[in-house]
Amino acid sequence: MLRYALKRLLSLVLSLAVASVVIFAVIEVAPGDPASFMLGVNAQADTLAALRAELGLDVSKIERYFNWVGGMLAGDFGTSYTYRTPVSQMIADRLWVSLPLAIYALTLSTLIAFPAGLYAAARRGKPGDVAVMGATQLGIAVPNFWFAMMLVLVFAINLRWFNAGGFAGWENGLWTGLQSLTLPAIALALPQGAILARVMRSALLDILAEDFMRTARAKGLSRRQALWRHGVRNALIPVLTIIGLQFSFLLAGSIIIEQVFYLPGLGRLVFQAISARDLIVVESVVMLLVFAVIMVNFLVDLAYAAVDPRLRSRT
Amino acid sequence: MTKQRFRSFASALALGASLFATQTLAKSDITIAMQLEPPHLDPTSAAAQAIDSVVYTNIFEGLTRFMGDGSVVPGLAESWEISDDGTVYTFKLRDGVTFHDGTTMDAEDVKFTLDRATAEDSANAQKALFSGIETVEVVDPLTVRVTLKEPNGNFLFNLAWGDAVIVAPESIENIKTNPVGTGAFTFGDWVQGDSITLNRNPDYWGDQPALETATFKFISDPTAAFAAMMAEDVDVFDNFPAPENLPQFEADPRFQVLVGSTEGETILSTNNKQEPFDDILVRQALAHAIDRQAIIDGAMFGYGTPIGTHFAPHNPAYVDLTGNSVYDPNKAKALLAEAGYPDGFETTLHLPPPSYARRGGEIIAAQLAEVGITAEIINVEWAQWLESVFKGKDFGLTIVSHTEPMDIGIYARPDYYFQYDSTDFQALMDTLNSTTDPEERDRLLGEAQNLISNDYVNGYLFQLAKLGVAKAGVQGLWENAPTAAIDLTGISWDE
Repeated sequence: MLRYALKRLLSLVLSLAVASVVIFAVIEVAPGDPASFMLGVNAQADTLAALRAELGLDVSKIERYFNWVGGMLAGDFGTSYTYRTPVSQMIADRLWVSLPLAIYALTLSTLIAFPAGLYAAARRGKPGDVAVMGATQLGIAVPNFWFAMMLVLVFAINLRWFNAGGFAGWENGLWTGLQSLTLPAIALALPQGAILARVMRSALLDILAEDFMRTARAKGLSRRQALWRHGVRNALIPVLTIIGLQFSFLLAGSIIIEQVFYLPGLGRLVFQAISARDLIVVESVVMLLVFAVIMVNFLVDLAYAAVDPRLRSRT
Repeated sequence: MTKQRFRSFASALALGASLFATQTLAKSDITIAMQLEPPHLDPTSAAAQAIDSVVYTNIFEGLTRFMGDGSVVPGLAESWEISDDGTVYTFKLRDGVTFHDGTTMDAEDVKFTLDRATAEDSANAQKALFSGIETVEVVDPLTVRVTLKEPNGNFLFNLAWGDAVIVAPESIENIKTNPVGTGAFTFGDWVQGDSITLNRNPDYWGDQPALETATFKFISDPTAAFAAMMAEDVDVFDNFPAPENLPQFEADPRFQVLVGSTEGETILSTNNKQEPFDDILVRQALAHAIDRQAIIDGAMFGYGTPIGTHFAPHNPAYVDLTGNSVYDPNKAKALLAEAGYPDGFETTLHLPPPSYARRGGEIIAAQLAEVGITAEIINVEWAQWLESVFKGKDFGLTIVSHTEPMDIGIYARPDYYFQYDSTDFQALMDTLNSTTDPEERDRLLGEAQNLISNDYVNGYLFQLAKLGVAKAGVQGLWENAPTAAIDLTGISWDE
């Protein structure tokens, strides 16, 4: 187990190093100067030069790369060019929205997917299965930003149960915060839940065809008992993979939903920073997201090993 | 209606009436949405208009200020005297004005502000506004004498800009995140990415505003903007991004729609140094190939005033020159043939993100195609536009709204991105700058408008409209936008 973990850890560090070079190169190559963006069309050349010096943009790119990486290793993500606040603080603020939103959405999608997948697998080929599969097909097909707008139309504009967007803040109480995240979480959870339900169903069906399931039935377990005791646990591996992928996606990829609900999350921060050429913010946030994705994969790898003892010895 | 129902209906009415009668205190908070979030809150070191929208006249005030109708009136300067040769301005400051941190606003602060703006390492985005200043002297705590290198008829106007607001040396260090000014509102809180809250300043030198708190919310997506307004999450949308939805608000008694004008001359900017646009015949052909009204209708859903020169129609000195460039594709073709391009030519059309450019650009490209000009559309982000078009001058055509007030002076800068180099125009601007007589200034401005219109420097499209949406009970909003500002001091609720 330890060897396995160490190996995974090494590949994690290498991935991060490669990612940092790629991110920096891609973002620095994009045309656009942060200083002239900030000062606009009437800025004079001397003003621009003064600002560039103030932002530390007057040194070479290679030097900037090492300053950036060195800073991050020391826990300093730098200072935003436009906001002039520490990037780490901005990220922390935004994480208070993005992280709960991702967890909320993932919880919802799992809550939808598990029963739906189990139900469909247990009733393979029957009308119940067909209905669930049809519904998940629809859930995957519907674009989540459109679904989000429909939610706003119904629950915010017509019924007035929720605000149309914005984030009320956790300081006003857990419920207020959760309330402003509910519609976005539902919008995010629907397609994810649909995918997860299908994965759950097919994983279970695969397992049901296995010899050990027949053995379980033969030794006298009922269909349902066999499904619960031996089926679900073995079906968890592909499901965990998908959940891991989904979590990283929800953390980084909710940018459109954040835009529709004007939530101050990480996705919107990146979006704003890209258009303002706030390079340091883009680089640091993207790096953080890469780190999160790699970490989640690492944890999922470890979780495999926990679920499936064969993986521990194999490596 | 049954009796029972009627009774409850009547009691509901009575309850409503009594509520109405006892409700003597009007609502004193407001939520105002805008599309862009300010990067920080120092109007004296960035070009972002969103900064001015939040802080101008609310947190910070200048020696002079703009009113909603575009006029310039005394601000922190109570009065001033101008020497006969127009180079020395002596400002008398208001007595008893304090900054939000309790320090007194006096002549030293004014000197500090102006010196900071003109300093070598100044980060002021409009440094040119102050470039004529020779010295700033403190005469006594309430008197400042500003000496100019040469007369400048625009000086009081320049001082009204958000970039010229008075700041204090005591609070300058953290001004970007904790702005301390003299205005009727103090900075409250900023949840980055979400909202900024301002609170009434009880120690304000002027009249107390009706509002106690104001929250600015940032909603960039047009669909989200529509939803937020419809769900009544916000009370006002400063500049509504989706003109196609305005009829819906107009038809809804819960809302009012304010259609005004901005200082944004939207132009088809033309690279005057690039072939074939260095030929006036080609530029003239361009002007006749464009159907302004079709662009206003198609891209802006009818909102916008046609212009024939680079000047705001609501300005008293405006001259209507749209007649110089009437839509006439046949004439355009004839002009192109005369210029030696009977089969037209190919060029590029760079379009920045705003919808006036992206939507308008599609229409213009189609109109140009009709006279034989193939314009390749290149969509760019602002940062890219600044880099390649504005700085690199690597473009044929582009569509931009020039939102700075009274910016006809940019035509006197031969290195400005559209590269119009006319000694006549430059001489005219020199005369204008040294003229202080209002009537003579208007005449010169008219002459300047004619000159650039007759030279067909750029394609003049329309004056960008300001489209505000607000709840029906909100009063005192600026209809026009003489500068980017949401002046909270005059806003109140009528309910």
